[in-house]
Amino acid sequence: MSDGTETLSRNAEAEATLAGLGSYRWGFSSDIEQELAPRGLNEDTVRYISAKKNEPGWMLEWRLAAFRAWLKMESPGWAKLAIPPIDYQDAHYYAAPRKKPALASLDELDPEIRRTYEKLGIPIEEQKVLAGVEGARKVAVDAVFDSVSVATTFREELKKAGVIFLSISEAIREYPDLVRRHIGSVVPVRDNFFACLNSAVFSDGTFVYVPKGVRCPMELSTYFRINAENTGQFERTLIIADEGAYVSYLEGCTAPMRDEHQLHAAVVELIAETDAEIKYSTVQNWYPGDAQGRGGIFNFVTKRALCRGDRSRVSWTQVETGSAITWKYPSCVLAGADSVGEFYSVAVTNNLQQADTGTKMIHLGPRTRSRIISKGISAGRSSNTYRGLVRVGPSAEGARNFTQCDSLLLGDRCAAHTVPYIEVKHPIAQIEHEATTSKVSDDQKFYAMQRGLPEEEAVALIVNGFCREVLQTLPMEFAVEAQKLLGISLEGSVG
Amino acid sequence: MLAITDLHASVGGTPILKGLTLSVGAGEVHAIMGPNGAGKSTLAHVLAGREGYEVTGGTAVFLGQDLLAMAPHERAAAGLFLGFQYPVEIPGVSNLLFLRTALNAQRKLRGEPEVSGAEFLKRVRAEAQALGLDMEMLKRPVNMGFSGGEKKRNEAFQMGILQPRFALLDETDSGLDIDALKVVADSINRFRGPDRGVLLITHYQRLLDHVRPDRVHILAAGRIVESGGPELALRLEAQGYGAIAA
Ligand SMILES: Nc1ncnc2c1ncn2[C@@H]1O[C@H](COP(=O)(O)OP(=O)(O)O)[C@@H](O)[C@H]1O
Ligand SMILES: [Mg+2]
Repeated sequence: MSDGTETLSRNAEAEATLAGLGSYRWGFSSDIEQELAPRGLNEDTVRYISAKKNEPGWMLEWRLAAFRAWLKMESPGWAKLAIPPIDYQDAHYYAAPRKKPALASLDELDPEIRRTYEKLGIPIEEQKVLAGVEGARKVAVDAVFDSVSVATTFREELKKAGVIFLSISEAIREYPDLVRRHIGSVVPVRDNFFACLNSAVFSDGTFVYVPKGVRCPMELSTYFRINAENTGQFERTLIIADEGAYVSYLEGCTAPMRDEHQLHAAVVELIAETDAEIKYSTVQNWYPGDAQGRGGIFNFVTKRALCRGDRSRVSWTQVETGSAITWKYPSCVLAGADSVGEFYSVAVTNNLQQADTGTKMIHLGPRTRSRIISKGISAGRSSNTYRGLVRVGPSAEGARNFTQCDSLLLGDRCAAHTVPYIEVKHPIAQIEHEATTSKVSDDQKFYAMQRGLPEEEAVALIVNGFCREVLQTLPMEFAVEAQKLLGISLEGSVG
Repeated sequence: MLAITDLHASVGGTPILKGLTLSVGAGEVHAIMGPNGAGKSTLAHVLAGREGYEVTGGTAVFLGQDLLAMAPHERAAAGLFLGFQYPVEIPGVSNLLFLRTALNAQRKLRGEPEVSGAEFLKRVRAEAQALGLDMEMLKRPVNMGFSGGEKKRNEAFQMGILQPRFALLDETDSGLDIDALKVVADSINRFRGPDRGVLLITHYQRLLDHVRPDRVHILAAGRIVESGGPELALRLEAQGYGAIAA
């Protein structure tokens, strides 16, 4: 039997299984040939990855230093998560499509990848853009397929504006000075266990630089997708908005179905200079595992923004519905005077999912402001924890924070926790924290059903209402996707 | 149109409806009156299919279908509308989104196409104007920050948009001032028609002054104890429930 037939029958089997399960809509596996690093993790693995990418010597040294530091670190245990032991030797740390063509346009993209995108349900607007429809809204899609970027669109138009939008591997080769100056400056190599591991073995990711005074002419969007079996995924993203620049970046994720837990440990660093603004939106939809808790992604992400310049502004919006375990705290270091950090989050857990997510707002500069709106929704037997830190440093006179944490419970076997940490080292600071926990009431459900909505749609509508404040901060097409996603991820949680 | 026969229902194990029989034909408007705690709202909830209301005996046939076997949203799609005694607030969901989603869900179940945005808005404008509801208010979350009277007018508004076959209105007149009462009564009168039915649950003759019922029933201790024409309501107004043998 040839490889092809085998793959085909495996896919048919997967599809049959899926048809039976029917709940994870995007659990498919596409059969693109792959090149894998040998299983395991040691200095040779790090050298292999660096060599595959033709990296300069400094990058390899940086990775090796990270790897040596990582060996001495331990997996953190403070989150409210039950994490099964992970065998870091039992994974491939690099997977690249075997053919890596330089594409002139997306039409030349491997049709299998195109089909994958279609199954992913990339929004119509973006499909139009991909198809080159005239007048379609401009959204640049830098497609990260597994670990390596295989296509980048709109590079030309962005170039005209002076915006650099590349895979990080390309950026390391083409803009080594920019990368070297900023990488690890927001999330230091030794910041935490997972960030350190990422620094050693990061496979690919995105690099964005928006020069002084430039408003990025389109929303930048990247679809991440884990595709190879047993491949740890270590994305690295670095976004820099120079003085007075503005950029909005969208990240969306889905992953194919699989049986084994899969580790994902990304690092995202944002840097906003004086008067600059970065909006970073995520819809995270990775495979959460089945109703019995089998399979599913482990998502251990370090996302941090440095508001370095005065009056700079960073806003994180996340809609988290996927992954078996989520460990994620997009944070803002508010160094510049009058800088502003915002965190808008919806986290949904169902079945046996566990999420421990929140933010850290570190106020260093005077009159810095932060706003945290967190909406946690728990269903099934899941556990959903908001963990947030607001720290006001000794020089942050007049700093202000407002935090609102709302939890919504569906059923009575799930759990919601709110863990706020507040540290204030300046007497003139204003911190407000509000928290609520509620249930979808029988009254609300019955009212909506009496008007004609089936039970699951009634619950989805009520949940969307609960999340409105966060959803409305998303760009339009993302908001629509996110709403659908909320409904899908709560399927089977009622009745 | 709606035929209820010997209906028994319990809430939390306590029998509330104890052999209720009532029939409303097409084109008719009936009123149910009765003391507090008689089981009027329980009847409305049982007919609409609310969870926790256990039917222990009897039947309810709506347009030839076994109403009690249907899910609540199926009853709605079949044309049953319940105007709530206590309308519910839904944070973050605008009235208009709520109503359009509901209307389209009903239409989907009936195999009808979705209503277009333009058509929906046209209906909304006309109905809002008739009920003296502000469009801005309708963009706000469902019933949030509405006064008692506004909530009741919103129920009538929803009835006007959804265009059901049968309206079960549970004290829709309570909490309305004279002017609002007139407006809501007008909307019921616009609604009534040869192939529609209305069951008004009310305490007050003043609604029946505006919406003339074909039949009036008195519900006490879980059953219909007396039925008659409009004059029964007047007698009740004069003498009180005490005079009616339970
Ligand atoms: N959820 C409930 N649980 C227990 N008893 C209830 C519940 N709802 C109503 N009842 C009881 O059922 C009886 C009828 O109530 P209801 O139908 O609301 O009366 P009405 O609408 O005629 O005033 C009352 O005795 C009331 O206390
Ligand atoms: Mg009542």
